Amino acid sequence: MQVKEFKPLIVAFCCNWCSYAGADLAGNNRLNYPAEVKIIRVPCSCRVNPMFILRAFQRGADGVILCGCHPGDCHYTSGNYYTRRRMAMLFSMLDFLGIERERTRVEWVSAAEGAKFSAVMTDFAATVKALGENKRLEDLRCKK
Amino acid sequence: MQKVSQQQLIDKAVSLLADGTVSCVLGWTKGEFDYDITPALFTDEASLRQGFVWNDFCGANFSKYLVAKTRKCEGKILVFLKPCDTYSFNQLLTEHRFDREKVYAVGIPCEGMADIDKVKAICGDGISSIDCNGEKMAVQTIYEDAPVQVDASSVLAERCINCKSKKHVAYDELMGDEGDVIDSARFDEVAKLEAMTPDERFTFWQNELSRCIRCNACRDACPACTCEVCVFNNPKSGVENKSPANSFEEKMFHIIRAFHVAGRCTDCGECSRVCPQNIPLHLLNRKFIKDMNECYGEYQAGAEVGSRAPLVNYTTDDLEPGEVFNGRDSDA
Repeated sequence: MQVKEFKPLIVAFCCNWCSYAGADLAGNNRLNYPAEVKIIRVPCSCRVNPMFILRAFQRGADGVILCGCHPGDCHYTSGNYYTRRRMAMLFSMLDFLGIERERTRVEWVSAAEGAKFSAVMTDFAATVKALGENKRLEDLRCKK
Repeated sequence: MQKVSQQQLIDKAVSLLADGTVSCVLGWTKGEFDYDITPALFTDEASLRQGFVWNDFCGANFSKYLVAKTRKCEGKILVFLKPCDTYSFNQLLTEHRFDREKVYAVGIPCEGMADIDKVKAICGDGISSIDCNGEKMAVQTIYEDAPVQVDASSVLAERCINCKSKKHVAYDELMGDEGDVIDSARFDEVAKLEAMTPDERFTFWQNELSRCIRCNACRDACPACTCEVCVFNNPKSGVENKSPANSFEEKMFHIIRAFHVAGRCTDCGECSRVCPQNIPLHLLNRKFIKDMNECYGEYQAGAEVGSRAPLVNYTTDDLEPGEVFNGRDSDA
């Protein structure tokens, strides 16, 4: 019997002003990034509520990555500084509950960094793939 | 036994009511049993003399009650605050949750509150009365002729064993000493969990959180949770009032609950006190406090009015989210 290869589902929250444009640039430059990455555009990385991340896991994501402007470059001056503190605390709490710390990540990708976007996504997808399916934060009702 | 007696508090309340300083008194009264003390509002001397109670089971933190009561009552409210309640009092003032002018706060010293489960572990069930006035707690059960003498220090609640402060940070009047901040070992339990492997931690929390019945008592008692409309009441959220359908919802509820009070939690321990399933919820809050102290500098919510919590503040050289794990044991 052939075992089906595990394909992770990755949700990437990308800020409208930097990372989303970075993803666009990656596309324009014909740089590959894994098809498992599903991008959700948000106005700013600090728009991402901790609930969004948990919700993504509930609905079947195996990894969640949050991309925003580099600190200091936020379109709204200080949004990503708040994100940085918030996510540091949230990730630490997830780790405290025994959830794999590699499943969540924050990366700063500017609009000019198409190559970085592609590299980050490829690396993150490989990490999550190695971890396997998200079992510790899954909602069985949402499984197909 | 508490340093200030019930009679002293009643006399104080009566005199303040009589001279018109306050129009009502927020105090404790006996519930069905001697140990389930509930908050109550008194407006006259007769009811105070009859119903007001102050003993080792008066754990309720009154700061949160002020939010609703100051809107309803005409005139000032007299409130008795234990040291840990005064931190919540300041925190709520910082958030402009009630009018300071409408409150007359009397600080009372606290010798630590008793945990009824620990009393029951010693005396068994069937407790008919508890007398906390003597050196030792006299517990009368329906099965024994004479009351069992219990040492009050042996039945202290967990939050009181690790009391962080006996200092009153807000009051109009003080009965007894102002007290001092204590160098407590309150983060030891968190550190013990941090030292475990992720698998052990996951098992531990799965075991604890799976007992949750989503009664929302932790949220309702928490002095930091004062939103008029709570995210968990949103009928479209899928996590509104109901028992958790599966383990995801338990985790989601408790992570988000703790996160929403992160930086504003004064570590009063009400969440764990009211939990009918005895889930150590304060550990989640303390984890956030510990992390914020380590990453962004020491901060005690409510220590002063108007202070800015770490999560609503930033510096340009904060550590990156991935770096919080540096120096901690990895899973490997």
